[in-house]
Amino acid sequence: MSTTTRTDRPSVVLVAQSSRWGEKLIQFWLGFCAIASVIITVGIVLALFSPLPEFFSRVDFREFFSTDTWAPALATPSFGVWNIVVGTLNVTMYALIVALPAGLGAAIYLSEFAGRRARKVLKPILEVLEGVPTVAYGIFAFTFVTPLLRDNWPTWLPGDLGDPPGIFSAGAAGIVLGIMIIPTVASIAEDSMSAVPRSLREGAYGLGSTRMQVATKVVVPAALSGIVAGFVLGVSRAIGETMVVLLAAGASPNMTLMPNESVLPMTAFIGRTATGDISAGTDVYFTIFAVGALLFTMTFVMNMISIALVRRFREKYE
Amino acid sequence: MMSTRAEKASTAARDTTRRIAMGKRSGIWKEELFKYVLILCIVIAFVTLLALIIHSAWLGRSRLDLNLITQMPSTLDPETSGMQSAIWGTVILMVGVLVTVVPLGISAAVYLEEYADTERWWNRFIELNIQNLAAVPSIVFGILGLAYVVREGFAFGPVAYAGSLTLAMLVLPTVILASREALKAVPDSIRQASYGMGATRWQTVWHQVLPVAVPGMITGTILAMSRAIGETAPLLLVGATTFVTFNPDSAFSGAYTAIPVQIFQWASRPQPEFRELAAAGVILLIAVLLIMNSAAIWLRNRYSRYDL
Repeated sequence: MSTTTRTDRPSVVLVAQSSRWGEKLIQFWLGFCAIASVIITVGIVLALFSPLPEFFSRVDFREFFSTDTWAPALATPSFGVWNIVVGTLNVTMYALIVALPAGLGAAIYLSEFAGRRARKVLKPILEVLEGVPTVAYGIFAFTFVTPLLRDNWPTWLPGDLGDPPGIFSAGAAGIVLGIMIIPTVASIAEDSMSAVPRSLREGAYGLGSTRMQVATKVVVPAALSGIVAGFVLGVSRAIGETMVVLLAAGASPNMTLMPNESVLPMTAFIGRTATGDISAGTDVYFTIFAVGALLFTMTFVMNMISIALVRRFREKYE
Repeated sequence: MMSTRAEKASTAARDTTRRIAMGKRSGIWKEELFKYVLILCIVIAFVTLLALIIHSAWLGRSRLDLNLITQMPSTLDPETSGMQSAIWGTVILMVGVLVTVVPLGISAAVYLEEYADTERWWNRFIELNIQNLAAVPSIVFGILGLAYVVREGFAFGPVAYAGSLTLAMLVLPTVILASREALKAVPDSIRQASYGMGATRWQTVWHQVLPVAVPGMITGTILAMSRAIGETAPLLLVGATTFVTFNPDSAFSGAYTAIPVQIFQWASRPQPEFRELAAAGVILLIAVLLIMNSAAIWLRNRYSRYDL
């Protein structure tokens, strides 16, 4: 009886069916290590969200979400989180103006135009660009890009937009942040373009298309979900990046979308508060967790969208 | 007669082909312009990288000497101030990250590649979770460390290992993903042969699969460490004190700082001398990173021809 069932089994069960306890113990340990990553996520959610009831017992929920003055450390504090959310959006917007076209362009070049040798040189350099520490980008924004902007500011622009930026500006932080996330956007977009089947391209060439037409009218539309995934992940990275905005965007919670003013993005608030003296249990201490929870939620939603888009793309072509 | 006619026809055909191939029909300048715009997109990134390095080297040129490594940080005497305590802090931090993340990350990768049945929902959930964790902002890990490593939970207090553990959690997804790639590259025939000889699953993994996958895993680990070395934001939250004039006592006691934290502290001071120090620190950090990255790339190329 038992022999008949054995022969029915697939060949994978060449694995010795051992009941050694050592083998089981090892498997248990390996499984535990895999679950550790889930424990970390649970830890993040608990760390961020469990102080929230205490925070909202001190700060009015409606004040937090519907007013726009941010001054948690003042004697008469105000907690309008919109202020720093707009600060984050401001910097992110300028980052995207740089990163989306440049990232997409770089991806199209690498996937459709660059020869084998050019790719072999260019891709590692993009990796190096991704590996430069963020604090280095922050100092670069602060000591190089900001003075550059200040000296060359188009002062003929109308209204407040014509004022050159001070030592801190959202624009300088945004531009550097944008360049910093080009590799993120480019590498995901390039991966998805390379996965577009050759037959689609050859069909288009056969009908007499030029390289540019194939790139813009065939490859980009076919790889669109992968490209959008790269964009979304780029946005998520821009929102969550700390050091560049901490060093270059400033510390004044101005609620503005202007590039020439100083703003206080969410991550800069957390970083700046952490470097000061904070004692556990104060209102400001709890504010770190509330802002962190909001930040985590925003990036979590985007990461999930990005992951879902990549999966959909893979199912389509692989 | 016949031959000239055929020649004519074939020349005409070749001409047409060439014209089509060169895109003559639809204005070649548009094609060229498009290509140059694309190249410009890449050039922007590279020029920035170059500008960053040259600018930092120029700004910090007077401080790129042995004082930077041998002297302690000083607020009074920026002329001779160095970052010895930060360098030691980073060394201790990185050793802590390494001993924490390598066993954990490689074990998790082995489970997911060699043991897990990917049809099961919990294994898919673990994979999804790792993908998401890789994109969580680094400062959020700092908050996690502040809450459960420094103050409650592990309650280590603001010591170097608290920083190590926080950074280890941050780079864990990188190590897992890289190790999985290395394991995936091991051909299945090796596993089948081992099973055929009567080896158990763990014997197969330990004696056959892991030795082949090790170079890839080392590459992934180096890249993860080079990410950890430059991380600043989470360390600000878990107590890498920004001004320490002595080397850390041990991983579990005493104040500590790290190279990027020290750079940040200098950069946020108004005096130009400290900006120069910060720039010199950036060059030091980038030099260390370049060495690590080159080692990783060399390893990858050295073993990528490992035909099986």
